[in-house]
Amino acid sequence: MLSRIAESLYWIGRYTERAEDTARLLDVHYHHLLEDRWADEATACAGLLRAMGDDPDELIAATDADGVTEFLSFDTKNPASITSSLTAAWENARGAREAISSEMWETLNTTHHTLPSQARLVAGRTPHDFFRWVKERAAMLAGLADSTLSRDEGWSFLVLGRNLERVDMTARLLSARYAETWGPTVWTTTLRCCSAYEAYLRTYRHGVDASSALEFLLLDRLFPRSVLHALTTAQRSLGELDPRAGRTGVDDDARRILGRCHAELSFLRVSDAAADLPELLEHLQDATAQVHRAVSDRYFLDTHAIAWSA
Amino acid sequence: MGDLLDDYQLADAYDEMFTGLSQPREHYQSLNAVLQTLSRRDFEERCDARDRAFRDAGITFQLSGEERPFPLDLVPRILPADEWTVIESGVRQRVQALEAFLADVYGPGRILKDGVIPRRLVVTSTNFQRAAAGIEPPRGVRVHVAGIDLVRDAEGKFRVLEDNLRTPSGISYVIENRRAMTRVFPELFASHRVRRVADYPTRLLESLRATAPEGVEDPSVVVLTPGVHNAAYFEHSFLARQMGVELVEGSDLVCHDNIVAMRTTEGLQRVDVVYRRIDDDYLDPLHFLGSSVLGCPGIVNAARAGMVTIANAVGNGVGDDKALYPYVPDMIRFYLGEEPVLANVETFRLEEPDVCEWALERLDRLVVKPVDGSGGHGLVIGPHADDKELTALGRRIRRNPRGWIAQEPVALSTAPTYVDEAMGPRHLDLRPFAINDGERIWVVPGGLTRVALPEGSLVVNSSQGGGSKDTWVLASPTDGPEPVPDPAAPAAPLPDAPLRPPDRGPVQAQGQQQQQAGTAC
Repeated sequence: MLSRIAESLYWIGRYTERAEDTARLLDVHYHHLLEDRWADEATACAGLLRAMGDDPDELIAATDADGVTEFLSFDTKNPASITSSLTAAWENARGAREAISSEMWETLNTTHHTLPSQARLVAGRTPHDFFRWVKERAAMLAGLADSTLSRDEGWSFLVLGRNLERVDMTARLLSARYAETWGPTVWTTTLRCCSAYEAYLRTYRHGVDASSALEFLLLDRLFPRSVLHALTTAQRSLGELDPRAGRTGVDDDARRILGRCHAELSFLRVSDAAADLPELLEHLQDATAQVHRAVSDRYFLDTHAIAWSA
Repeated sequence: MGDLLDDYQLADAYDEMFTGLSQPREHYQSLNAVLQTLSRRDFEERCDARDRAFRDAGITFQLSGEERPFPLDLVPRILPADEWTVIESGVRQRVQALEAFLADVYGPGRILKDGVIPRRLVVTSTNFQRAAAGIEPPRGVRVHVAGIDLVRDAEGKFRVLEDNLRTPSGISYVIENRRAMTRVFPELFASHRVRRVADYPTRLLESLRATAPEGVEDPSVVVLTPGVHNAAYFEHSFLARQMGVELVEGSDLVCHDNIVAMRTTEGLQRVDVVYRRIDDDYLDPLHFLGSSVLGCPGIVNAARAGMVTIANAVGNGVGDDKALYPYVPDMIRFYLGEEPVLANVETFRLEEPDVCEWALERLDRLVVKPVDGSGGHGLVIGPHADDKELTALGRRIRRNPRGWIAQEPVALSTAPTYVDEAMGPRHLDLRPFAINDGERIWVVPGGLTRVALPEGSLVVNSSQGGGSKDTWVLASPTDGPEPVPDPAAPAAPLPDAPLRPPDRGPVQAQGQQQQQAGTAC
């Protein structure tokens, strides 16, 4: 498979997951702020911006729920906004149309073309419909990929991208929440972000407490949005890309980093995770970034056009 | 400026929102200010959004065999903190007294021996279950969940209209109404501190587990439903989902040697607490209707043996029998030694012959209800009935005076409600829900406000075409955040520095160059 195509598929996976997760995060937090008037809006918004890698001090416009929603949903100057992510996914698909099914392409293309009208619809109204739309489009793409893509290398890159992004975004989500300002229902809110609330209740059969919620989101083996599950899936994809298994060790950097991370989480006690949560989340983000670099170096080498200086 | 509330005319009753034309009460002022900015068209757009949301979520109820979206009116009903304090303590007191009463009539019967309540009234109640006598429920809880219906009279005072101690329904609508409101009308919440209602399922689960048979370490709870054809099925599945427990039907349960279990793929699994949403009559064919296939044969004996908790307990119906309703204030005095916080509606005991004669003469000025009816069925509002109806009613009362009660009509309070493209006053009531875990009684801050949608109508039951409103209990300015059932972990410090920005894919500069090359060709 061409490196360029592989890279596009990887990024389609990452960008759609990013758009979806950002929509989830905003949907839940926006309504949480409305329902819980004890939450300190400015601090909460600043926490959310920091978690998404932005410096709230530089963004004077985005200090309230509406401002943050605007910035993270529609701002085309913000490369991590939902709009930017969906556009980037579309651009990647445009360059790889022959490698994905036409249903997938059409879904991404329709999404891209509907974006401006969706944004207009939201202006001055509740953004919930927009977030829901984003989640539905992402789900549709995932479903079409699942039922129309051959399980070849391209599929593995798509799944790898999606799951790496999920690890990264879940780590961000958890950093956004470990601020006191979210108020007492913070863990319920956090679980809701990942559509994990009902699954949590069915699993634990008691009310939400910090340690069980953290355990579920980080360490659950069966829930598809938990960090451990995403790591497992990403690891499997890497394995499919490089099926040679030597007698000792792994010579692929990405697999080594991911595997170590996976093993750490597999044997981590939730009390230890809670004790060093900030370090753990930072470690997870570092690991995803390293895996990303290793995958790029190995598979996407030299796909960037060389810019000749005039 | 909007024209939404321009033609709002007060009715001849206490209005929740206004004291006079365009004069909102203090706790309604910020809401009024927001509504003033809306035009009729804006408002209707929100109504459409609401209908879509309810239909998509399948939040419906059956009316004469038809599925309809639950009718939520978009103007919330607001209760200030001081009024709520009264309601809360009144409801708590009432539930406490009724618990004591149930324990008494199925046990020693002190209140009957003392002659405070005539024995014949209790034993003739169709809901007095002899099978429940002598059952000692864990922690003494029979009323796990209660819904106390309140109305506000012309003076603005809350009164109790009836008690529901069997399977009061409506809490799912309280929670879903709030969810829909925050989505459809987010800006209304911005200027209010509204107390949370979403904790209810967690609290319910905790109290059900707390009232499990003694010695069970990790009690397993189920919700027992009659099945998908029941009008309240949505609520049953809602509660099971929100509590994370199994929703079972009678045929999923078996009872052997007084142990109740459910059939699972891993074999039989023991059940410790059954939150049943089935009437007593259908619960156990060994004791009640032998033909019932909805229940679980043997469950009542299992409860008697202390092996399973039935919530709410069997036989609670005697406590909310309407013929006993006039005696609830006496129960409060008898068991608690307190004066009732919330008064009853003036009620006449038709089983006393001279009262009955007196009432029969003035049926056109009274409200008459059958004692065992619920959902507003069989209710006759004298001033609204014609002669023929009243004569028929008189005959039926004479035949069975024990079967009826008569009440002074209450001019239920009104609130602005959007019906037929106009804002008009509609009558409403309030059903707060209380949960008893044996140690304390928790009242969910809010409740179901039901609205009679036809103009002038006083019947608010959803089975009679009633609507509802989101009910906001405001926090007093001095209140801090509410405690949650299970406290969150100590919060770690907020990250001061932004996290790393998300990774980015290949830059698209190359794409632009290609396009330029394309045009040159």
